[in-house]
Amino acid sequence: MPGRDEKNNPGFRLIDRRGFLKGAALGLMSMALPHRSDASFWEGFFQKHFREMNSEEIREVIKRLEKEYKEKYKVDFNIKTTKPLPGVLFGYGLDISRCIGCRRCVYACVKENNQSRDPQIHWITVLRFRKGEKWVSNLEEADKYYYPDRVPEEGYFYVPVQCQQCENPPCVKVCPTQATWKERDGIVVIDYNWCIGCRYCMAACPYGARRFNWGEPRIRREEINPNVHYLGNRPRYRGVVEKCTFCIQRTREGRYPACVEICPVGARKFGNLLDPKSEIRYCIEKKRVFRLKEDLNTFPKFYYFFAI
Amino acid sequence: MADIYQPIRNFFITLKQITVGNKWYYAWVGFLSLLVLIGVVSYIQQLNRGLILTAMRDQVSWGLYISNFTFLVGVAAAAVLLVIPAYLYNFKPIKEIVLLGEMLAITAIVMCLLFIVTDLGRPERAWHILPVVGAMNFPSSLLAWDVISLNGYLIINCIAVFYTLYRLSIGKEYKMSVIWPIVIISIPWAISIHTVTAFLYNGLSSRPFWNASILAPRFIASALCSGPALMLIIFQIVRKVSKMEISDTAIFKIAELIAYAMGVNLFLFGAEFFKEFYSGSIHLAPMKYLYFGLHGHSNLVIWMWVALIFNVTAFFLFLRPKTRENFFALNLACVLIIIGVYIEKGMGLVVPGFVPGTLGEIYEYTPTGLEKNVTIGIWAAGALFFTLFLKFALPVYTGELRFKAPENEK
Repeated sequence: MPGRDEKNNPGFRLIDRRGFLKGAALGLMSMALPHRSDASFWEGFFQKHFREMNSEEIREVIKRLEKEYKEKYKVDFNIKTTKPLPGVLFGYGLDISRCIGCRRCVYACVKENNQSRDPQIHWITVLRFRKGEKWVSNLEEADKYYYPDRVPEEGYFYVPVQCQQCENPPCVKVCPTQATWKERDGIVVIDYNWCIGCRYCMAACPYGARRFNWGEPRIRREEINPNVHYLGNRPRYRGVVEKCTFCIQRTREGRYPACVEICPVGARKFGNLLDPKSEIRYCIEKKRVFRLKEDLNTFPKFYYFFAI
Repeated sequence: MADIYQPIRNFFITLKQITVGNKWYYAWVGFLSLLVLIGVVSYIQQLNRGLILTAMRDQVSWGLYISNFTFLVGVAAAAVLLVIPAYLYNFKPIKEIVLLGEMLAITAIVMCLLFIVTDLGRPERAWHILPVVGAMNFPSSLLAWDVISLNGYLIINCIAVFYTLYRLSIGKEYKMSVIWPIVIISIPWAISIHTVTAFLYNGLSSRPFWNASILAPRFIASALCSGPALMLIIFQIVRKVSKMEISDTAIFKIAELIAYAMGVNLFLFGAEFFKEFYSGSIHLAPMKYLYFGLHGHSNLVIWMWVALIFNVTAFFLFLRPKTRENFFALNLACVLIIIGVYIEKGMGLVVPGFVPGTLGEIYEYTPTGLEKNVTIGIWAAGALFFTLFLKFALPVYTGELRFKAPENEK
């Protein structure tokens, strides 16, 4: 039986003729009939780019997707397409002096945004640095695989990294199909139904923020978050790229991103960069902020600072 | 009145030509078909389970497929090394074989497209990259440029080859007035396909190893080594198995040109090596990973030194008239250069772009068996395509195979 063994050795092995024919037939079938009705398949195949659809077409697509998700996950999804709010440009602040490296943000994000549990996908990477070692611009000493019993650890500090929502995003520049773009509120989004999975954006991103669905994403039914946004946390497909969207499904409705809400030490700040009275503007004006890899001129809207 | 059955008859003549051969021909075609089959079976597995069956991961998100793609763009571009002496300098011995160079270019581009599609997470959505029906991100994305330049080059070479073959098949010489514009376009276009492919990597400021201005010139220089080296071997096989005559003069001239190209390639490599190691900034890391290993990770080190030694050896073998005019040394040098450039412009170019990663992580990429099988399958498909193509084109070229000219062609 394939399965466990095949996982360990995915390479080709000599298989008998029947096995080959079965494999070939299954392969062709999965191309032609991926477990849904024919009409739905062709509608999906010919689905237009999100920004080229009118509201009527979007409504139809949402209806079809909700049906497909229902079939696949046995959960009723509510897929929103909330538009950017006028006069809003989202910005993020992260207080390195407070972060304790507990990774609660990582898992809150996974839960909120329906990341695949197996294979495991995280949008937030927490880097650990030894105090005194070089860390500004050279991240070679960073360790993302730390597993202590307690955090924070003596002699270390932590720098969480996620999509920096650049004002000048290299990923958007290189995407050959315009499947990723920057919305008016500054959030860089992906149309998971338009992405062809070439991964050029992953090569272009200086922050390692983009994740690819190398295998079929899997989430247990009871762990699904059914309140989703088309451009955000709706379940993704195998073979497409995904990334942090500042919790677009929450923030466009005036809520905080899940990572901001969960942070036990208040290291994470979020708000409207265009609002002079916002918390993020306070941080930028009162603290000494910096952004990652400023030499690349990507102009992230993700500010790091030291409050203490 | 024109004979309406003529096209059908011609089709059967063509079919007979490519399906009837001696036992060596059948053995070769059978062997390649078997490899193609292995590739197809492996690719079907990949379609079923996803790219997770490869060793690529978020840290190293391009691997063996894109490496082969990059190398083959170089092979395709190398036809220009025949076109220039043949048409611009009217060098007769090479003019007689330029057709083979163009056919190899077509084959290489087809293989490039196969490698790209194989690498896609959603191959069925590949049409999204096209203009009009899709949403081609032109001129912003270099991948869009690559789609245009590669397909344009494919079309140019198809026109050149099929026009020439058509004229020859009805027993006529081709008209220079038709070929000349194609030649004039094809020379800069050949340079462009490799330049654009280099820019595809070059433009990414996130990857210091690729973000070096020397990248495109090095691409061109190494392409003008590996492609012609492959052609030299093919020429010798062709003149052995067919009646086509390929003069030693042409072969030795090409070998000499390879020597110059490799000289430039090694010089540019030296310039890059010096700059990185002497200045020793943090951007040295990928280069250090390649040639000496980084933090104990040294998967590619042995390969890179092999490539360098092969390239240098081949350079001297091609440079000395005495060795390049000795067929043993010549063929040895060809093999060395093909392997050397395959490593250097394949895995040796793609992987260090990702090592260390943008967040400093080192992920050592070693292709899985499945990736290797798919890769072998595509190479076999290319070889099979080229074989069948030659089986038809060579007798047309030598005059053994002729078709009846339509009435209006006088």
